[in-house]
Amino acid sequence: MQEQVTGRAWVFGDSIDTDNMYPGYAMRMPVEQAAEHVFYAIRPEFASGVRPGDIVVAGRNFGIGSSRPVAQLFRQLGVAALVASEFNSLFFRNSVNFGLPAVTIPGVHEAIADGEQVRLDIRAARIERLAGGEPLQGAPLPEFVLEIVARGGLMAKLAADGYLPA
Amino acid sequence: MSMTIIEKILARASGSERVGAGDIVVCEIDMTVLIDLQFATMWAPPTRIADPDRLAVIMDHAVPAPTVADADGGVRAREFVKAFGIERFFDVGRHGICHQVIAENGLALPGEVLTCTDSHTCAAGAYNSAARGLGPVEVYSIMCTGRTWFQVAPTIRYELHGERAAVVSGKDVFLHIAGAYGDATNHNIEFGGPGLASLPMHDRRAIATQGAEVSADFTTFPADELCRSYLDERSDRPYQPVDPDPDARYAAVREVDLGALEPYVARPGGVSENALPVSQIERRRVDQCFIGSCANGQIEDLQIAAEVLGGRRVAPGVRLIVTPASQAVYTEAVRRGYVEALAEAGAIVTNSTCGACFGYHMGLLGAGEVCITASTRNFRGRMGSPDAEIYMASPYTVAAAAVAGEIIDPREL
Ligand code: SF4
Repeated sequence: MQEQVTGRAWVFGDSIDTDNMYPGYAMRMPVEQAAEHVFYAIRPEFASGVRPGDIVVAGRNFGIGSSRPVAQLFRQLGVAALVASEFNSLFFRNSVNFGLPAVTIPGVHEAIADGEQVRLDIRAARIERLAGGEPLQGAPLPEFVLEIVARGGLMAKLAADGYLPA
Repeated sequence: MSMTIIEKILARASGSERVGAGDIVVCEIDMTVLIDLQFATMWAPPTRIADPDRLAVIMDHAVPAPTVADADGGVRAREFVKAFGIERFFDVGRHGICHQVIAENGLALPGEVLTCTDSHTCAAGAYNSAARGLGPVEVYSIMCTGRTWFQVAPTIRYELHGERAAVVSGKDVFLHIAGAYGDATNHNIEFGGPGLASLPMHDRRAIATQGAEVSADFTTFPADELCRSYLDERSDRPYQPVDPDPDARYAAVREVDLGALEPYVARPGGVSENALPVSQIERRRVDQCFIGSCANGQIEDLQIAAEVLGGRRVAPGVRLIVTPASQAVYTEAVRRGYVEALAEAGAIVTNSTCGACFGYHMGLLGAGEVCITASTRNFRGRMGSPDAEIYMASPYTVAAAAVAGEIIDPREL
């Protein structure tokens, strides 16, 4: 896992739900194609504009909703990490289990402007604006969660442990 | 030992004497449920699994298969249950929405931990279990290893008092709570209090199901006499009811007077701080009415729909879709004449599936349409076009809207 990522922030508000990121109709599509529909209604330019290494920043209750694997679509698009003031616990688990870092840093969506360049230290749960200013600090993820992320998600761990055919 | 219901269950499942908010525990999972979508989207046959007796496979979200990908998923599911000797396999024909099938077959009993690849798994909290939805890779991992971790969240307790009026259902109780208190992100919800005894099991299940809509981790009820007799009719597995300790610590204790409630409606977009008594809601004209889902496709819900629609007609220009929560509910509804009453009134009674609830098949909404649903979720775009509006209410209020052609107080009928 890359512990320091620098990229552009895409900033969203509170209670961004899973159906917003991964609409029901896209569940019929292969992952590559479904990824083109992330934020289809509230931010239709996202999927074509996002660049590898970009960071999605959101407010409270990020990812309320379904167990559909949104993280798979973010990874497909090259999103490096999710940072939010607060995560829905199912969405949080679903992200790290797909190898996508999800870091809780209270107040982050108000402190960072959309489109701004930021540097995120995933292990330290710290984000700073390249333009300067005080870094924002969250509670670091437990070591075993960092390890799941570092291994690229749970499936990689299961494969290494012999649960999947070689 | 000052533990809430959920804390006690997680303590037992993790082999700990005591757990409290903030603790991270690794739990043995008593039952894990795989759903059809898992096989259609991310399936690789495992080399070994933890225990075929602690696993169930339920075909629900997309049955009968509306796409070739879903049909291929069904093929993989059938190969898997055969290869690993999974006896609890609910294939098309003995299927139903997973949370209904879990209830009908006693797959979640008091004190147990249940996980499933669907966010509304909290439904089984109605049966005094610690039940929650997890993502597909985590459920796959539990299937392999038999365990997973939880961080114990603080618990919010709702003390129920009084008795609900006949027109008020579990959905209304939930919408009142969601409207008044908003989200419970990273919290558990526990229900109890003297009013519980008057709340039937189908209402409890509707309430527990919707815990996901206020972003809660686990939602749970105690196993009182009503609950135990419900379960004893459906399972002969032994269980140990779990009550909270008298000195359990709660993040908040909130009182609800069931007798003071009236029918509620949530406005489009979500339920949190967005639901009001029907008397305060605009009389919107509706295009589609939906009664179904794991929360409100139960036999009692179909009974209400049939009673409202019996001898009446669905208003011109309105579609009423009724989806039984399981094949068992469907056959019972046929037996009791509900299907006939609904069909004669102009409703469409579908096969049991998730269908319209998640905007996947059988009744999507077009741009500009207005829907009122008794299903679980009214996010923008949930049931089709992002330019459709979805109100949420009880089966009674939805059935009344189907007759009136607009959102009305069902007591006006
Ligand atoms: S009926 Fe709706 S909420 Fe319930 S399991 Fe199916 S898709 Fe999920």
